[in-house]
Amino acid sequence: MKIAIASGKGGTGKTTLATSLSSHLSETQDVVLVDLDVEEPNSRLFIRGDQTHSQSICKQVPEWTGDCSLCGQCQEICNFNAVIKVGTQIMLFPELCHSCRACSELCPESALPLKPRKIGMLNQIQAGNLIFVESRLEIGEQQAVPLISQTKDYIDNHFDESYIIIYDSPPGTSCPVIEASKDADFVILVTEPTPFGLYDLKLAVEVMRKMKKDFGVVVNRDGLGNNDVLDYCDMETIPVLARISNDRRIAELYAAGELIFSTIPEFKEQLLLLERSLELSTVVDPV
Amino acid sequence: MKEIVVISGKGGTGKTSVMGSFSYLGKSDLVIADCDVDAADLHMLLGPDYQRSEDYYSGELAILDQDKCINCGACLSVCQFDGIQSENGTFRIEAMNCEGCGYCQRVCPTNAIQMETQKVGEWYTSSSKVGSTMVHAKLGVGAENSGRLVAQVKNEARRHAKKEGKEIILIDGSPGIGCAVNSALSGADYVVFVTEPSVSGIHDLKRVTELVKGFSIRSGCIINKCDLNSQMLDELITFMADAGIEHIASIPYDETFTAAMLEGKTLVEYDKGPASQVLIKSWEKIKQFAETEGCLK
Amino acid sequence: MKYAFTAKGESWDSEIDPRLGRTEFILIYDDKKNELSAYSNSEITQQAHGAGPLTVQKIIDLNPDILITGNGPGKNAAEVMSTSEIKIITGAGDMKIKEALEAYKSDKITG
Repeated sequence: MKIAIASGKGGTGKTTLATSLSSHLSETQDVVLVDLDVEEPNSRLFIRGDQTHSQSICKQVPEWTGDCSLCGQCQEICNFNAVIKVGTQIMLFPELCHSCRACSELCPESALPLKPRKIGMLNQIQAGNLIFVESRLEIGEQQAVPLISQTKDYIDNHFDESYIIIYDSPPGTSCPVIEASKDADFVILVTEPTPFGLYDLKLAVEVMRKMKKDFGVVVNRDGLGNNDVLDYCDMETIPVLARISNDRRIAELYAAGELIFSTIPEFKEQLLLLERSLELSTVVDPV
Repeated sequence: MKEIVVISGKGGTGKTSVMGSFSYLGKSDLVIADCDVDAADLHMLLGPDYQRSEDYYSGELAILDQDKCINCGACLSVCQFDGIQSENGTFRIEAMNCEGCGYCQRVCPTNAIQMETQKVGEWYTSSSKVGSTMVHAKLGVGAENSGRLVAQVKNEARRHAKKEGKEIILIDGSPGIGCAVNSALSGADYVVFVTEPSVSGIHDLKRVTELVKGFSIRSGCIINKCDLNSQMLDELITFMADAGIEHIASIPYDETFTAAMLEGKTLVEYDKGPASQVLIKSWEKIKQFAETEGCLK
Repeated sequence: MKYAFTAKGESWDSEIDPRLGRTEFILIYDDKKNELSAYSNSEITQQAHGAGPLTVQKIIDLNPDILITGNGPGKNAAEVMSTSEIKIITGAGDMKIKEALEAYKSDKITG
C-alpha cells in the first residue's frame, strides 16, 4: 500500500501529518516514510534515529569526448537546448538535460557517452520500527523530477508490498507533485479552511482527477477560517478523512520539531479516524 | 527601477499576506508581478480585473497517429519516461508522462509520431483593486513549472513599470529552490524572506539563502509568528546575523491574517492592529534598503 | 570594428534590450561599411530553457568584436561567450542604440 500526502498550498501541515501518521502506524506495522519534497525536505527534522544508509543520486548526462566531426546533429536533436555546437566545440549544459539519451544514442560517431552527474543525496534512517528515506536536491540543480523518480525506484527495489509506504509530496500542482503521486494507491490532500486553502485544494483535486487517483481530504487547523472547504468537499462528494483542530499547541510542537500525536490526544483521535478510513488498522476497534 | 522579491522557502509562513499588504502600501509607486505561478493566491487579495490575457505555450507532447503506426515498438524501447504504453500489441502516448524530448519521433520508422507545442497556462495583465498594474499567471494543472513563464511575467511587469514611470516592481516568488525561484531572483535588487521560528522554517531559509547568495542580492527577513518558539527564534536570529540578512521585523502569531483573508482584504486595509503597524514600518524599511546600493553586490 | 547590440527594435533609435538571452533583436553595426543590420531573435525567446547559450551562439556566428548590452550573460551564456574573443560591455540597459554606442566610445560604459 502506497499513500501520498500532498497539498496544493504549501505549509498546510503535510509534513506534520506524514511524520505523525507514519510514526503512529509503525507502532504496529512495517512502515516506510519517504520525503519526496526534495527541494525543501524537512520530515527529517521530526524523525529521531540513526542513519543506516546514504548514497548519491545521479542522472545520466552526456559528456563530449572532444573528438568528432562537429556535424551538429546533437544540437538539432536536443529539445531542451542542453547541447550546442559553438565554433569547434560541443558544449553541454547538464542542468538543462532531461536524460532522454537521444543525443548520446543517435550520435553517428558515439562522441557523447553518458556519464553520471550527482543531483542529490538519498539518506535512510531507522527510527524504532519506522524506516525513513529522504532525498535532498543539490542547491543549483533545477529539476526535482529525476531525483523523485529515482528515490521511488530505490523504495520499490528495497521494500516489498508488505510495507505501508507513505510519501510526503512536494507542494503545488506541477510536475514534481505528479511524479510523487503517480504510483500511489491513495492520495491524502491536506488543506486548511481558508480562501487560499480552498483555492489551492481545488487545483489539487483537478490534478488528482486528471490522474484518476483515489483521494480524500484532511482539514488541518479546523475552526480557523470558514466552512467553505467542508461545503466544497460535500458538494463534490470528496471524503473528509479527518479534521485536525486549530490548536496553538500543535504549532508550538511543530516549531520545536516534535511529533504531535504522542502529546495531543485530540490529534491522535483524528489519526485513528484516518487509519480506519484508509483501512490500515490491524486491530479491530473495540467500539 | 528596483526589483524587490518576496520569497519564503517554506510554504504557509504568510508570504502572500505580507506581499498583499506591501502591494496595498506601495500602490502608487509600484507594479506587482505574481511569480508564484504554481498555485498563485495573491489575486484573491488584490482583485485583478484580467484586462488582457495571453496563452502560454511551453514544451512539446508526442502525438501518435494510429493509422500510421505499425506497432513495431521502437518508440517504447527508447522512451526513458514511461511515456509510451503498450496494450495488447498496440501503443499509445501517456500524456502525463511524456517529457517532450522527441526521441520517439526520431526513431519512428513510419513518421507516426508528431511533436506538438502545448498550451500549459495563461498570463494576464490586470489593473488591481489597489490601483496598480498587476501581471500574473495561471499555470495549467500538471504543467512543467517553467522559469520562462516567470520570466515572461517579470518582463511584462518591467515594461509596465517603465511605461507608467513606477520605481518599484514587487515580485511574489514561489516556494522551493528550483527553476521558478531561480527565474524570480534573476535581476532582483532586494530579497525579502518571510519565515517563521520553527525547525522547518529555519531549515528551508538556510537552503534558499544558499541560492540567493549565488545571485549576490541583498536580503532582509520578516519573522512571522515570532512568538511560536523562543529557542527557535534565537537560532533564527543568530543564523540571519551570520548570513548577513537584515532583520526587518517580527510579527507575533495573529489570526487577523486569516480574518482579513476571509474578507478578501490585505491585512493593512482590514484593520490597524499591531500586525498592520509592523507591516507599515517594514515596508518603509524595505524601500530604504532597496534604494541603498548593495553591500553584497 | 563590428559592434553587436541586444535591442528591442531594429533602428538607431531603438532601445537596448537589457536581457541578453531573451533579447528581441540583435543589431550589428559595421563602422567600416557604416551599415546597421538587424536580426530577429524571436525564435530563441520562445524557448523554455537555455535561451542564453543559443543567443550567444548566434552572436558569435555574426562575428562582432564588441557586444553592448544591459545585464550581461548568465552562467551558461558566459561559458559560451568565453569561447570567443568578443568583448562584452554591460550597463547600457536604459539607453537607445545610438546613445549606447556614444557612451561606449566615451568610456561611460565598460565591461
